[in-house]
Amino acid sequence: MSMLLDVQGVSKSFRGLRAVGNVSFEVEEGAIVALIGPNGAGKTTIFNMVAGALRPDDGEILFAGKPIGGLRPDQVCALGIGRTFQIVKPFAGLSVLDNVIVGALRCCARVDEARAFASTIVDKLGLGSKRAFPVSSLTLPDRKKLEVARALATRPKLLLLDEVMAGLRSLECDQLIAFLQEINQRDGVTILLIEHVMRAVMALAHKVIVLHHGKMIAQGSPAQVILDPAVLECYLGEETLL
Amino acid sequence: MNRRVIFVFAALGGVLLCLPSIANNYVLSVATLFLFFAYTGQAWNIMTGFAGQLSLGHSLYLGIGAYASAALYFHFGIGPWAGLWLSIVLCGLVGSVVGALAFRYGISGVYFTLLTIAFAEFTRIGFDHWDWLGGSGGLFLKVTRRDQIDLLNLRGTPAMFYYVILALAATALALSAWLLRSRAGYYWQAIRENEEAAQALGINTFRWKMLAVVTSAAMTSLAGVFSAFYYNNLFPEQIFSINRSIETILGPIIGGIGTLIGPILGAALLTLLADGVTELVAALGWEVAGVKQLIYGVILFAVVTLLPHGVWPVLARKLKVSR
Repeated sequence: MSMLLDVQGVSKSFRGLRAVGNVSFEVEEGAIVALIGPNGAGKTTIFNMVAGALRPDDGEILFAGKPIGGLRPDQVCALGIGRTFQIVKPFAGLSVLDNVIVGALRCCARVDEARAFASTIVDKLGLGSKRAFPVSSLTLPDRKKLEVARALATRPKLLLLDEVMAGLRSLECDQLIAFLQEINQRDGVTILLIEHVMRAVMALAHKVIVLHHGKMIAQGSPAQVILDPAVLECYLGEETLL
Repeated sequence: MNRRVIFVFAALGGVLLCLPSIANNYVLSVATLFLFFAYTGQAWNIMTGFAGQLSLGHSLYLGIGAYASAALYFHFGIGPWAGLWLSIVLCGLVGSVVGALAFRYGISGVYFTLLTIAFAEFTRIGFDHWDWLGGSGGLFLKVTRRDQIDLLNLRGTPAMFYYVILALAATALALSAWLLRSRAGYYWQAIRENEEAAQALGINTFRWKMLAVVTSAAMTSLAGVFSAFYYNNLFPEQIFSINRSIETILGPIIGGIGTLIGPILGAALLTLLADGVTELVAALGWEVAGVKQLIYGVILFAVVTLLPHGVWPVLARKLKVSR
């Protein structure tokens, strides 16, 4: 199996506070990998380093064998990594469809091609009836879906999803899970997700990586990880994760 | 867009096209002023309305554009149609210097705006002391016969100037409409709404912001060329003043920043308002110094407070057309 993403000994500190310390993990091509851990574990910091929003202090990040640590976000995106933001960042003044068109323009040479492609993605994510709405009128779950749609429109090989299930009702959650499985299996999109909704992690992930205080404390299949004593320990007060 | 609206727009366009044959010189000069602000407003709107980079120093490009072409004409007898290329290139270069400095070093928001003001101000001071261009005493272009049309040297009747600025404003509208529907338009609006998200979608924000500044600067330079040959005199104190920058942005703000029609509608409303207030004050016999400006200011204040997104978005909703 070839490694699509290879994070090697990456560290990041903010004013002396170590957010991520010497974390290494791999994401195989075609896999769905979940990053979990309590708040402040460093999950989003790792995402930001992979996506080019932050430069790692130390360590190496390889994407398809090429080092990407320290590249700008647009360069990282151009190599085939799409991301969503935990705190959604929609283009508020634009319509739902126009938001996705901006992403689709990365691959489509012409605007009308981008519009057609964006339109299919908006439909698939169940935002079709709201395509002409201004984003400011969307609910938070719809904005989360829009984040996914926009990132997918760039046709990424690797999709980084930062807590996209948060705030979704269980039916919506299941729909999004099914959708992510579909793009993973049919389109071969590799997915790395940060998630607190364990239902989604259990359903989606082939591999789970557990972070705590910026360090990796466990990795393995979802079934293994939720029984790991170190993992149970860090989620203090929780006997089991399910 | 429905038929009625298209008809209204076509009728307005028709009136503008035959205005010189139906209006007197005073009306024509007011209309020329309106179109001038419609043009500069659209140029500014590309950078600030579309791409979200607030410039309060557009007098810089107006002034450099004006001086470049005027100097070529004054010193070497080179006509404006050749000279305007120098204006465009110079303003493009100056724009890219301002843009590169700001965007490379992460100067954004109000600090970017301050930078645009600073560039306009120190350029004004520089021109004040540049004797080859007349310094603070001004540069004067020779006024030859006003009744003969010499389009090649932009010397001629008010009607000729009117048509020149009408063509510029119409071209700017077509260009803006095309840009807004192109990749550039989508990218600029994405950068305006959320630069971080835009970058995460693969947009090289530096490059696209530079394009917005350079396009806007180059367009504004042509307004400078027009201004130089229309008024025949140039003073650094006037053309580079912050008042010119503010005049430039009032139209789009009143009309609707970031919209296609907003800058044109805003320029029309402001021109009508300024004239209307003058007439009103005269009719009421209130001709006290400053009262005109006071009324004008109060009305502007009311419009901005009541319609914070400008007049056009509200009007567009009423007419059921897209913005």
